[in-house]
Amino acid sequence: MKSLLKLHSLKGFLRPSLPSAIASGVPGRQSSHFTYVPDTVAEAEGETVRQNLFQSINAALDHALSTDDTAVIFGEDVGFGGVFRCTVGLQDKYGKDRVFNTPLCEQGIAGFAIGVAVGGATSIAEMQFADYIFPAFDQIVNEAAKYRYRSGNLFNCGKLTIRAPCGAVGHGALYHSQSPEAYFAHTPGLKIVVPRGPIKAKGLLLSCIRDDNPCIFLEPKVLYRSAVEMVPTKEYTLPLSSADVLDEGDDVTLLGWGTQVHVLREVAQIARQQLNVSCEVIDLVTILPWDRQTVFNSVKKTGRLIIAHEAPVTNGFGAEIAAAVQNECFLHLEAPIERVCGFDTPFPHVFEPFYLPDKWRCFSAIKKLLNY
Amino acid sequence: MAGRLSWSAFNVARRSFGQQLRGSQAQLINSRTFSSALGEEQPNFPGSRSKWTEKLEFVQPDLYDGIPVYRVMNRKGEIIDPAYDPKLEKDTLVKMYKRMTMLNTMDRIMYESQRQGRISFYMTNYGEEGTHIGSAAALDDNDLVYGQYREAGVLMWRGFSLDRFMNQCYGNEGDMGKGRQMPVHYGSTEHKFVTISSPLATQMPQAVGTAYAFKRAQNGLCVVCYFGEGTSSEGDAHAAFNFSATLDCPIIFFCRNNGYAISTPTSEQYRGDGVAARGPAYGMATIRVDGNDVFAVYNATKAARHLAVTENRPVLIEAMTYRIGHHSTSDDSSAYRSVDEVRHWDSTQHPIARLRAYLVQQGFWDEAQEKQWKDDCKRQVMQSFARAERRQKPGWKALFTDVYDDMPDHLQEQFEYMKSHVDEYEDHYPTKHFAKDN
Repeated sequence: MKSLLKLHSLKGFLRPSLPSAIASGVPGRQSSHFTYVPDTVAEAEGETVRQNLFQSINAALDHALSTDDTAVIFGEDVGFGGVFRCTVGLQDKYGKDRVFNTPLCEQGIAGFAIGVAVGGATSIAEMQFADYIFPAFDQIVNEAAKYRYRSGNLFNCGKLTIRAPCGAVGHGALYHSQSPEAYFAHTPGLKIVVPRGPIKAKGLLLSCIRDDNPCIFLEPKVLYRSAVEMVPTKEYTLPLSSADVLDEGDDVTLLGWGTQVHVLREVAQIARQQLNVSCEVIDLVTILPWDRQTVFNSVKKTGRLIIAHEAPVTNGFGAEIAAAVQNECFLHLEAPIERVCGFDTPFPHVFEPFYLPDKWRCFSAIKKLLNY
Repeated sequence: MAGRLSWSAFNVARRSFGQQLRGSQAQLINSRTFSSALGEEQPNFPGSRSKWTEKLEFVQPDLYDGIPVYRVMNRKGEIIDPAYDPKLEKDTLVKMYKRMTMLNTMDRIMYESQRQGRISFYMTNYGEEGTHIGSAAALDDNDLVYGQYREAGVLMWRGFSLDRFMNQCYGNEGDMGKGRQMPVHYGSTEHKFVTISSPLATQMPQAVGTAYAFKRAQNGLCVVCYFGEGTSSEGDAHAAFNFSATLDCPIIFFCRNNGYAISTPTSEQYRGDGVAARGPAYGMATIRVDGNDVFAVYNATKAARHLAVTENRPVLIEAMTYRIGHHSTSDDSSAYRSVDEVRHWDSTQHPIARLRAYLVQQGFWDEAQEKQWKDDCKRQVMQSFARAERRQKPGWKALFTDVYDDMPDHLQEQFEYMKSHVDEYEDHYPTKHFAKDN
């Protein structure tokens, strides 16, 4: 993959900042379970604009269309701007043949998307919610992921990217809250990426679009409006399969992705204040192929690992990470690896505050590991 | 499938009624809505165009006799209406005949080789050679083909060599697919034939996507998508038909309706008038042809291609035929259908026999040529077969490559692990049959 932005280093580009305040009240049904920690970029990165997540995704799609005449965007209701506004203005700017609605059929969208890519064009498909990606499971797992391999590289659908809003949103219940990354992480041939905010989303989405492998880009929908950052207006890409160490620490490694990263950063601050414990917070960023070295290095330093994700615990991606870490870091581990995840239930409506791996469950896990 | 909350639940903008109406349908509805001449005389629901009726009548599926089967020649190879004789050149006709018979010869030898355990699996094309060659001959050689698995004749027409067929079935180092897929899962960029995969119907919406890309590229090509009548029951078939129509894609859907999906007869596959009757329901131009009449298939495909390419619209061809062979080498079809039924189709309606009768009537072919060609065919296939059997399998590193464009670290590690493992336990692996290029 070619990075269009000359980055000195990722750390130089992204400057983690600390949460301004720690919410202390008990979350109500409409209040979020996390405090967003915005990223910032160095002044050298040029002009920036205040954007939320859906706006930065829109900007990435705009760059993708303007720099590649073959690129097309399609899905349910993307023509008028999308139910989350991610494609707003693009049909007017680029025409109905490049940004268009499809019939309401996810397996059709995925199959069509693969065919567009096989036909040599850049294919950007939207699933309206990650919860509805399952009708397309066959096309994604049996077809997209295996296209290059099974044909001996005669054909491929590397120009394919599937975007889908994912994750908890406060009241999405069973079918507007799911985090399906682990289903796809069991599929060689796919790349799976989850951004934690607008700056990352723009660079990672452009990377996915330009990567020569089929990518699934999962967008935490609760961040669409609530996550606001100063995003570079220029075109840039960020590396896939590269995790970010956001807060450095010595005692415990906290690993998550998407919205959960913000939960963990707040937890790290609480742990510092209340327990005088130093946490290293890592955003995995790419679920597949994941950045094993960054995680291993951190755990070898801290000796303790907590993995937190919204998806159910059993066979969640945390299980893969835990198994790999115990294999690689066995002699460095001072406590069992802890997974703080969604429970093994469907995602409930009114019980969401009790379902999510919130900061207090994560905090409790830190205490447990330190007392082991 | 998609459940949708009201958008206000996610605090996103609502779209107005005006924004819901798009394209010609919007204009149509608006003109109706505001036309005083029409007033209440016609319904103006956005979802359909039709008239009122005060009679309570269900539309019954048996209102008509079924879509007729288009044919050009009868079972004796005689042209019925000279106006529809495609009047192909002698060379073309002989080439069509030779490719059909070459396919038939290859099928017989490969089928036997599977019976002898020399390849793991095979699927013959018996009785459907006419659908392959007739359609392929009517296409531009650069039109992209998506197939199911029983369309080897399309590749044969386009000049895919016997060696490449054999190499794929043997999974040897000559196989462009690197020995990864089961036999008969052919593919070729050179011959514009997308690699076959086992999951049925998945190729259908993909073919539509490629046709859309072709339309935008304005390359003058169409996409052709073959599938069986059993496959047409998959959800992906529905998706493909609907997407191709709403997105105005230059694609030919070519259905091989051979009466069976493994053991399942069409009476258990659908209850409507075959697959063709679904075409108009999706807004597609549709025709049903005699799949054992290579000229009918040729004419229909040629006309379909013209429609698809000049008007950017999908066309559905349903070729009626009969699966003379077993479903595959893993199937004994006598368990679910009579030998007499098979014999009927093999002896009275075979596409190869019909074309041969036509050629003989034209003076383009005779017994001596037939005998010599049969011998020649068999020799060519046997020689290619022997070459394929002698070749090594690819170096087993190919187990790990092409999963991604580049090999990620974790796969590189897994390869290194297996390499050292095989070094240590070499006696337990068939390494001598595999190339040593790891």
